[in-house]
Amino acid sequence: MLEIISVSLLNGLLYGMLLFLTAGGLTLIFGMTGVLNFAHAAFYMLGAYLGFECSRRAGFWFGLVVAPIVVGSLGAVVEKFMLRKVHRFGHSAELLFTFGLAIVMTEAAQMIWGRTAVDYRIPGSLDFVAFRLFETNYPFYRLFMLGIAVGMFAFLLTLFFRTRLGLVVQAALTHPDAVARLGHDVPRIFTVVFGLGCGLAALAGVIAGPVLVTQPDMAASLGPLLFVVVVIGGLGSLPGAFMAALLIGIIQTGAVAIDVSLASLFDGNVLRLPDNLARLTVAQIAPILPYLLLVVMLVIRPRGLMGKR
Amino acid sequence: MTQSMGRVIIGVGIAGVVLVLPTLFRSDVALTILGLMCVMAVLGLSYNMLIGETGLLSFGHAVYFGLGGFVAIHAMNHFSLTESRMPLAAIPFIGGLGGLLAATVFGWFSTKHSGTAFAMISLGIGELVSAGSHVLPDLFGGESGITTNRAKLAPMFGLHFASQIETYYLIASWALLCAAVIYLLTLTPLGRACNAVRENAERAEFIGYNPRVVRFAIFCLSGFFAGVAGALSAINFELMSVSSLSGAQSGMILLMTYVGGTVNFLGPVLGAILVTYLQIMLSDITSAWLMYFGFLFMFVILYLPTGLAGAVAGQLALIRHGQIRRLVSIYLLSSGPLLASTLGSVMLVELIYRVFDTSAQQKDFTIIGVNVMPTGLLPWCIGLSLLAAGMGLMAKIRHRLVARGVPAVGGA
Repeated sequence: MLEIISVSLLNGLLYGMLLFLTAGGLTLIFGMTGVLNFAHAAFYMLGAYLGFECSRRAGFWFGLVVAPIVVGSLGAVVEKFMLRKVHRFGHSAELLFTFGLAIVMTEAAQMIWGRTAVDYRIPGSLDFVAFRLFETNYPFYRLFMLGIAVGMFAFLLTLFFRTRLGLVVQAALTHPDAVARLGHDVPRIFTVVFGLGCGLAALAGVIAGPVLVTQPDMAASLGPLLFVVVVIGGLGSLPGAFMAALLIGIIQTGAVAIDVSLASLFDGNVLRLPDNLARLTVAQIAPILPYLLLVVMLVIRPRGLMGKR
Repeated sequence: MTQSMGRVIIGVGIAGVVLVLPTLFRSDVALTILGLMCVMAVLGLSYNMLIGETGLLSFGHAVYFGLGGFVAIHAMNHFSLTESRMPLAAIPFIGGLGGLLAATVFGWFSTKHSGTAFAMISLGIGELVSAGSHVLPDLFGGESGITTNRAKLAPMFGLHFASQIETYYLIASWALLCAAVIYLLTLTPLGRACNAVRENAERAEFIGYNPRVVRFAIFCLSGFFAGVAGALSAINFELMSVSSLSGAQSGMILLMTYVGGTVNFLGPVLGAILVTYLQIMLSDITSAWLMYFGFLFMFVILYLPTGLAGAVAGQLALIRHGQIRRLVSIYLLSSGPLLASTLGSVMLVELIYRVFDTSAQQKDFTIIGVNVMPTGLLPWCIGLSLLAAGMGLMAKIRHRLVARGVPAVGGA
């Protein structure tokens, strides 16, 4: 039991950090520009595919550096030449535009890399057992992922709260007009943040690609989860997104490990469940839990964990 | 008075076309597709009650369509087993009640919000229901779905609805009825209050309308009509599967409504007909059809924010005011480059697709009567130059027009 709990906790932490790496950029972009980037998960998917392509031709490490830069630049180009044009039609139009972009990107990936999963593997140099936790061999690659995620988190925090650029970004979040009047190029800051967010999503894609299968579906399956993280954390709040990502990571990984039926969970006394519900195990309903949490959260506390609006 | 007379004439004309169409397309396949168009038109109109009339952007509208459809199909199976006297013609109403119930539950907390927050919540609810439907196979039939037999229900006026033509007329009558009711709703005080909430929720509140109540009311009504559409779909195909309440289906509803246009009442109908037609036609011609959809959608958002119906209505207004002659030369001038860039991009997409798709049986394809082999360099050059030339000329024309003081054509 202790084994299951500790391994699940570790995996949940890892999954949560990956979620944050992707959702962090999303919430930052939303906080600054008011745009909820529907294509964010598609940038994550693109990162995984580029990582795969690079690792096939020039090695995993090359992809780890190049894919996020390429995808980040692509994100900046999209913001500068397309999104900004749509901006005059309002936020809904921007949201819809990124929705169309997500479709086109997913289709393009399908066109180039096929509809089935590609063979993106953990590099040999990282593919060994790190330590034994009770009876479970814990792979080193997972620790490596955790390391990258924590490292990026520390980098983001420093960039955001300790540098001059971060200060300007923070100010532009709340008072874009005032920042513009001080002589800063606010649209360019937006472009940089958008590119940075997309780059981070791509980085998450590169390192998660070998573990969570690299396939065109991955954007559609992660996308809604990212929005859950952003909404539960509170729209636009970076610390909120961090807590929500960890929460969802741990809940979802934890639930998959629990092979107990709902009926025995409620013991039949507290609540009589209908038969088809009672037969389900907690592991089976794991995919629903994040969305259930979202709905419960909205009923109890509509502004999210750390949201101000 | 003349205006309302005109609208009555348009309505009667549409009804006439809908009822006469089966005499032109007699095959069962064509009738099923026509029925599907009617279903999608009702669905689009119900969605436009939210996005167009009230400004609520929902990413989970398929939930109410799908749940309404499942309620209807379970009702059909129940009534045919118990041999009750419930006629098939009443089933869409039951489906509508299913959609209404779902919308009441989910709308209760989601309509507290508007704008982006509402959009995100609708997405979450959509995923919740979609994920839940996979977990409960005995209710939703899993991957294969739930089937029914519409002919087993009690006959009405001697009609058994075993043939596709009878079914088409049932679906078409319900669709026309729904469209009329949805149109009349926009004229009621509630419809006007929705417009007020869309334009400025704060001001609407100051004159005594609670925006939350208005949003909730229209959300429930919209759910009802989506449920009716779901039931009509269940009757049309005698099948309901989890894919009909998936996120992809929600996306398709959004796509077709927006492409058709959210500003004009008939926009979603136009979108439904066009998108259903393209979906069936394009997927026969090319495997990259969803990509063209995405491009079409992005093009509409960038250049036609009022959708295709809005663009058509704009031209009609110009004709009425005798201004169209000033623009004809511009249209003729820009149609060439527009055609060239479209052709160029289609060519490139197909080329890329052929190059990477290793499973494709035949590598060559035919475009406007010309057979193209993707192995050579020439088709790539032609595609690229068509695209570049078209876009370059467009930019130049636009630049000239702006310099001459004509408002940019693309944005209007």
